[in-house]
Amino acid sequence: MRERGKIDVAAGEVLLSVENVSLSFGGVKALAEISFDIRKGEIRAIIGPNGAGKTSMLNVVNGFYQPQHGIITFKGKARSKMRPHEAAAGGIARTFQNVALFRGMSALDNILAGRTLTMHANFFWQLIRFGPALKEEIEHRHRVEEIIDFLEIPHIRKVPVGRLPYGLQKRVELGRALAMEPDLLLLDEPMAGMNLEEKEDMSRFILDVNNSFGTTIALIEHDMGVVMDLSDRVLVLDYGRKIADGTPDQVKANQAVIDAYLGVAH
Amino acid sequence: MDLLYKIFLDPFVQMGGAPDLLVQTLWEGLVAGVLYSLIALGFVLIFKASGVFNFAQGIMVVFAALTLVGLYEHGVPAFLALAITIAVMFGLAIAVERLMLRPLVNQPDIILFMATFGLTYFLIGFGELVFGGDPKIMITEELFLPKGAIDLKMLGGFVSLQKIDIAAAIIASIMVAGLAVFFQRTRIGRALRAVADSHKAALSVGISLEQIWVVVWFAAGIVALATGIMWGARSNVSFALEIIALKALPVLILGGFTSIPGAIVGGVIIGVGEKMGEFYWGPLLGSGIESWLAYFIALVFLLFRPQGLFGEKIIERI
Repeated sequence: MRERGKIDVAAGEVLLSVENVSLSFGGVKALAEISFDIRKGEIRAIIGPNGAGKTSMLNVVNGFYQPQHGIITFKGKARSKMRPHEAAAGGIARTFQNVALFRGMSALDNILAGRTLTMHANFFWQLIRFGPALKEEIEHRHRVEEIIDFLEIPHIRKVPVGRLPYGLQKRVELGRALAMEPDLLLLDEPMAGMNLEEKEDMSRFILDVNNSFGTTIALIEHDMGVVMDLSDRVLVLDYGRKIADGTPDQVKANQAVIDAYLGVAH
Repeated sequence: MDLLYKIFLDPFVQMGGAPDLLVQTLWEGLVAGVLYSLIALGFVLIFKASGVFNFAQGIMVVFAALTLVGLYEHGVPAFLALAITIAVMFGLAIAVERLMLRPLVNQPDIILFMATFGLTYFLIGFGELVFGGDPKIMITEELFLPKGAIDLKMLGGFVSLQKIDIAAAIIASIMVAGLAVFFQRTRIGRALRAVADSHKAALSVGISLEQIWVVVWFAAGIVALATGIMWGARSNVSFALEIIALKALPVLILGGFTSIPGAIVGGVIIGVGEKMGEFYWGPLLGSGIESWLAYFIALVFLLFRPQGLFGEKIIERI
């Protein structure tokens, strides 16, 4: 249970709302009429057994998938179709289940790539790397160094990320998402495959991001302990349907959730 | 013994005996190498940004050169023709992105590779339709490219340097240096590398694949135009030029598919190796080794350093 009490979730305004979203691939229904919302400043967990549609849900939110039905409203703007780079421009950043970094590039360059949208020097200046382009590089480099310090990874700055251990790759990926200064941060299993110590570090970073930058976070996670500790509200999916939605305590006590996780005798 | 002498000693005796010829051969090799590098550069650009081997790079060289000369033949002033050709290459980049790459997004690389074959044959047909199949003469003088040769008196003989070759070497060097900095140290350059590494991650940080693809194909088009002008000045502008693109393959294997400096060094090694081989060792095998020596060198390289001299070593965690 979270005792931070910093954000009055009930009073937080709705940042993202999803209404009756359905998504299917051929005959397979990945999501069936899902509705939920994410409020400003909260940490929202999405949980459910494997294949429940959690990642599909994130993919819909950041525009990788186009739902067949339903409306998504983000920052007051409704849309039914949006492309990923438009979602990014609108302030949605994300990380991936199986780490999607630019493997050949250094940790520094990976995080700098997250600044793409905030850099504006035009093609010509960049071609000669002079004037505004150079000034901009220096400014953004400064910001990126802050993120690197925040995530405690200065020692791996110049290392090609393909060579880093998994836990650090996940951290670099989080750094890249933070570099975008997003309004909404989507984390797809940020702690998958980590040991206890790494999980604790990552939990701390997530809480810090939420506390100090006020970033709204939606995360998918399998570790129930982590979910219950971190999140303000939990959405539970099973077979593409929403089976529960509420505070960690409410969800824990929900019979449908218990059945979905433990199985039920028919 | 006689054969060993001919292979291991005689060529070097010849080199020592006529150093001016040696320098001349080296120079010609260097120039050929620089031009190979230019073609290879076009490949590297597109490969870096999209992981696709662009089979159409050779025909793009021909197409760009033909457009330039064709426009001039129709009475367009030379520099206006150059500007229009650049615009045409930009249009081609947009068309390729819209009609070829966008519908094939997220398909396996081999599909995109096959699509570049399609593009090649389209450009051959379209080019012949518009400009005809006859060889044309490159408008070097009109573009103020130097003509003639400088004869240097050295080493007890003459070494003759074509001015156009010198110009080619200078232009290629500038292009390479510029592109290397652009790729390594700027936002768009970083975005290009990001797209090459992972499409979905690039999308998630707000990089527009469409925009990046247009940028690289346009850059490759400009490189193709420069190559077309330089090669065209040495021979003629004809569809036969297309096969020089195949010479870029050994260059790429040597230099690494992802490295711009590699394309240059690889080009020079292949160019010099070819000319030296042809001149000094060629007679042993009845000449004609220029046509296959490059591929032989590439094969040997593949055995020992498959990522090339400067290529990124592929790191795979298991």
